[in-house]
Amino acid sequence: MTATAAPAVAPPPGKHGPHARRARRRAAVVGWAFLAPLLLLNLLVVAGPSVATIYYSFTDWSGLGPATFIGLDNYVKAFGDAKVHEALLHNLIWFALFLTVPMALGLLGAYLLSQVKRFQMLFRALYFIPYVVASVVNAAVWKMLLSPTSGIGHLLGTDQSWLGDPKTSLYSVNFVVDWHWWGFLAVIFLSAMQGVDPSLYDAAKVDGASRWQQYRNVTLPGIRPTMVFIVLMTVIWSLKAFDYIFIMTQGGPAGSSEVVSTLMYKQAFNEYSAGYAAALGLSMTLVTAVILAVYQWMRRKGWEDA
Amino acid sequence: MTRRFAGHYIVLIVLALFAIGPLVAVLFNAFKNNAEIGSNPLAPPTSFTLDNFIHAWTQGDFATTMRNSLIICAGSVLGTCVIAGLAAFALSQLKVPGSGAVVGYLFLGSALPVQLFLVPLFFLWTQLHLTDNLFGLIIIYWATDAPFATLLLRSFLLKIPQDFTEAARLDGASSLQIARRVVLPLAWPGFLTVALIVALWSWNEFFWAITFIHTPELRPVSTSFLAFQDQNSTDWGLTSAAAIFMLAPVVLLFLALQRKFVSGLTSGGIK
Repeated sequence: MTATAAPAVAPPPGKHGPHARRARRRAAVVGWAFLAPLLLLNLLVVAGPSVATIYYSFTDWSGLGPATFIGLDNYVKAFGDAKVHEALLHNLIWFALFLTVPMALGLLGAYLLSQVKRFQMLFRALYFIPYVVASVVNAAVWKMLLSPTSGIGHLLGTDQSWLGDPKTSLYSVNFVVDWHWWGFLAVIFLSAMQGVDPSLYDAAKVDGASRWQQYRNVTLPGIRPTMVFIVLMTVIWSLKAFDYIFIMTQGGPAGSSEVVSTLMYKQAFNEYSAGYAAALGLSMTLVTAVILAVYQWMRRKGWEDA
Repeated sequence: MTRRFAGHYIVLIVLALFAIGPLVAVLFNAFKNNAEIGSNPLAPPTSFTLDNFIHAWTQGDFATTMRNSLIICAGSVLGTCVIAGLAAFALSQLKVPGSGAVVGYLFLGSALPVQLFLVPLFFLWTQLHLTDNLFGLIIIYWATDAPFATLLLRSFLLKIPQDFTEAARLDGASSLQIARRVVLPLAWPGFLTVALIVALWSWNEFFWAITFIHTPELRPVSTSFLAFQDQNSTDWGLTSAAAIFMLAPVVLLFLALQRKFVSGLTSGGIK
């Protein structure tokens, strides 16, 4: 929409005095009334249960009956739990891969797309499609393609069971997630690149900069805020990684693709250790909060500015 | 075309094959019988059969699950648009004290892991008899999608000049009248984008559905597809046909309205 600046309406006379104060109070009441459905819903579904989690994390609770207060026992247990350590390591591996692979493919796709005119929209649409397809469908597609009896490997003459082998299960699921995600990043980076001031490129050309120099010194700094945001979200998503793992391997075989969120889900709904699950959930949130705080701190220091 | 651009196009085509090749293979397999899938797993079918589609439709009970998903989608879209529309109006057009904190809270909220509130929410929903209940699921979608929808709509509504609302207010219109008569007609492209995204999310969503819906007749297509796939984990023809039923509506809708999808998903925030 093109917002043409119309002359401002003169402010109503008298910013102070009882009338104005009453009007302001009225505006506040009306405004909060408009916000009320959103906030009440959030209180019911998100905020209320989140606060309850804090309490339950200090209890021995099956998830259904009464909860007994046990202090810090759940946290002590989590700290020494080998399964938790292993899951955290898997989260770290997941993060390293999920940050580099889709980002590299996304930057490559976006850069090439920004250089061409014909079929740009078509390629953009094709890259984006895996993102709009449901995780359950994408997972089924790749179970088929990774199958040792009817998949790509079979065609190439190997009977490697990518999802069934503890050595490859985590990497295979991560590959599928990277595959469904990189095109989305390509589209985001492309729109960020198209927002870079064209005169900067002209100036670089006048200075005799090569294509690669232009990319390094104009394009990348130009899309830096977008990249910083994506890195931040990747950290958070890596911690939350759940759906593809849950669907494709259930964390197995033998815990080889277990991450904190799948471990937590099993503790709550299969092992009936809801108190312990709450402690794990709260710990994940605290890690997220620390990451967000660091991000805010770095932003204040001007890291995001080009 | 220079040679450099030819190189660009080669890489772009390879990337495109990487992105949609697997989905095309599924489309091919849906038309093959299992003997052909075994001997010729990824290539185009040599003999077309519609048997997989017919069997998948009845075995997967797609008539029921698609109806459930449509109810869930409609309920999520309508509710989210109303809830987020009201909130976005307040956050953009009304001068509400404390609205900055609300915007910050909405941003922060979308970063929280669902694991934080999952267990107590399940407990609460069991007490309220909202598990195994489509409406119970829709409420959760309202709560989880509305923050994103609010931020997206707010950025749309901020583009509407304040003068319009000021003028209507001087004419004696109430806030609700302004929202309905002035802002809503101008903001409908924003609402369409939100509706598309919320419909996509609720059609694809499986985590809340698998945790909160256990009765097979109430399952949406996503969790029903998951159960179907597990039961037929070696019958790739049947699974492929079911996958086509599930992905065709969203892919077609996306191709028809891709600009709206992409602008919404890339501007508001990302999930």
